Amino acid sequence: MDLLRFATAGSVDDGKSTLIGRLLYDTKTVFEDQIESVERASRDRGDEYVNLALLTDGLRAEREQGITIDVAYRYFASPRRKFIIADTPGHIQYTRNMVTGASTADLALILVDARKGLVEQSRRHAFLATLLQVPHLVLCVNKMDLVGYDQGVFDAIQQEFTDFAAKLQVPDLAVIPMSALQGDNVVHRSDNMPWYQGSSLLHHLENVHVASDRNLIDARFAVQTVIRPQSGTHLDYRGYAGQVSGGVFKPGDEVMVLPSGFTTTIAAIDTADGPVEEAFPPMSVTIRLSDELDVSRGDMLCRPRNAPTPRQDVEAMVCWMDEQATLQPGRKYALKHTTRTVRALVKELQYQLDVNTLHRNEGATQLGLNEIGRVRLRTTLPLLADEYRRNRSTGGFVLIDEATNRTVAAGMVV
Amino acid sequence: MTAPRQYRLSQLQALEAEAIFIMREVCAELERPVLLFSGGKDSIVMLRLAEKAFHPGRIPFPVMHVDTGHNFAEVLDFRDRRAAELGVNLLVASVQEAIDNGTVTEPPDGTRNRIQTPVLLDALEKYRFTAIFGGARRDEDKARAKERIFSFRDEFGQWDPKNQRPELWNLYNGRIHTGESIRVFPLSNWTELDIWQFIAREGIELPSIYYAHEREVFERNGMLFGVHEVCRPRPGEEVRTERVRYRTVGDASLTAAVRSDADTVEKVVEEVAVTRITERGATRGDDKFSEAAMEDRKREGYF
Repeated sequence: MDLLRFATAGSVDDGKSTLIGRLLYDTKTVFEDQIESVERASRDRGDEYVNLALLTDGLRAEREQGITIDVAYRYFASPRRKFIIADTPGHIQYTRNMVTGASTADLALILVDARKGLVEQSRRHAFLATLLQVPHLVLCVNKMDLVGYDQGVFDAIQQEFTDFAAKLQVPDLAVIPMSALQGDNVVHRSDNMPWYQGSSLLHHLENVHVASDRNLIDARFAVQTVIRPQSGTHLDYRGYAGQVSGGVFKPGDEVMVLPSGFTTTIAAIDTADGPVEEAFPPMSVTIRLSDELDVSRGDMLCRPRNAPTPRQDVEAMVCWMDEQATLQPGRKYALKHTTRTVRALVKELQYQLDVNTLHRNEGATQLGLNEIGRVRLRTTLPLLADEYRRNRSTGGFVLIDEATNRTVAAGMVV
Repeated sequence: MTAPRQYRLSQLQALEAEAIFIMREVCAELERPVLLFSGGKDSIVMLRLAEKAFHPGRIPFPVMHVDTGHNFAEVLDFRDRRAAELGVNLLVASVQEAIDNGTVTEPPDGTRNRIQTPVLLDALEKYRFTAIFGGARRDEDKARAKERIFSFRDEFGQWDPKNQRPELWNLYNGRIHTGESIRVFPLSNWTELDIWQFIAREGIELPSIYYAHEREVFERNGMLFGVHEVCRPRPGEEVRTERVRYRTVGDASLTAAVRSDADTVEKVVEEVAVTRITERGATRGDDKFSEAAMEDRKREGYF
């Protein structure tokens, strides 16, 4: 059984929590004691109905304010697939948490209230999902029960979104009319919308084809650590442990080690369960090489004729995530990319991007919390990076403030 | 791990690859890691993953148990044997000793869960551990569902849920100042069923109390407690012999058993797949104190 990670997005009252509650409830993932606890809490608060949002809003502050502050991760399974939901907050002030949830997602759900149509937050979240290269989007036109299950309403929203998405790079889009509250088209197909011929949301989640989303062309393996047991039975063992982040590696393959540029061949690919004939993303393995080379943490194995170009001048889109400081040209940060950490100087802020209008503000002098912009960085050592659009794991990085140790930004190499 | 032709990993393979990656990152970037090992199923799975992550080398960190003194004997025996088999250094931080020294005071109700926290924090300080692996999972509790895989703790071991470091892709930030630490949860994305499927797949041995056996029990607050020197029936609580097993193995004064006939790992997997009650809901007295019991304890430095 395989795994699909998806993130939810959408404005505050679009019914995100109800939708998740419905998915969990109709797939029988909510446990009796959780339901009892939510019923008791709803009663104590004086809510008129059982508040399914209490299933996901786990922090005191969230319950007090009735909003989602941070990403929560939920798990459920259907007979076809297992799912990890990153339930991200709708509020604009928590955009960074949406970015956090979307960074590992295979698919993003964008909720729209059928009565309101596309609002700013729907556009913003669709933009963020495409910026982070989430390969699949599902526009959930929710609350169809409140517009009489009217096809005209649905068609208009679908058209509006398609027009907007034309400006973005949306590789795969599905649009589903539903009512999370009534359960229409969430887990079960609805009889209330005979005009809709597509799948229910769960059916879509179970069948969406994600196998081709990973980059299986460009072989990339960042070394995490060197395994040298130096015990009697493995006296000469020297293996490079890491996780494959692109391509397929096989014993006998010629490989190049970056940044040194030396080439050799793969002698064996080891796991604790024995050697394997091939390794592909996201397998964690240990690679042994035929020659004794100087290879250490932060180095990368790739193919001699297909290697990232080491570069110290990097252009990237960044999302600023810190509330205590702003990104300013001239400042230096620690930059963590794959298993390598370097220092980076912000040479230039090229523009700040308005995530609602996609307008580029070239006069911007800094980036504040939740703001996105394009920057030029200079690093102390070459970055062994691919463009983010080619590979999310070798194209993404974070910036860390060296004084406070806070993670202050997410970056994507352009 | 054999490769399917379409280059997909199963759920368990993907979770295993993720956990191994996380463990290797910690050892590469943080100076003094330790793994909390209670002899419970999650920490046993953690040890197996650590073995796999550094194979054919040895596990490069010690393990530590915060011993409340209220344990099930079967679990302690298992703990000692497993640590010896793996050749890892087992440290024990004793709550009983801390009570005897007057460092902590035993609460009037006799439960020791809350006073574990200062004992844990003292031990972390004594050994100057900077990264502490825990077997906690996000499916256990709604406060846990909010926690990062690398969970930053200040010099008092406190968690601040409103001020967590963003965690993107698989880029974990383990940078800390002196006195601060990182709690690391490689099993964050695993569910109880994943744990049992992994135990079945790997043929991992567990303490016997995880499997159905006859035990003297009594009912309290709707839960079945085993008769134990620290957990005796009160007047009116009738003792019966029932066929039970444990889903979690914490403090004996707080951890309840469930009725079960599952006496093999396959039967437990089947049972867990269809259960309608969460692990903690069925077996833990300590999380029922308030709606946010877990969050409150974690803020103080608990796992």
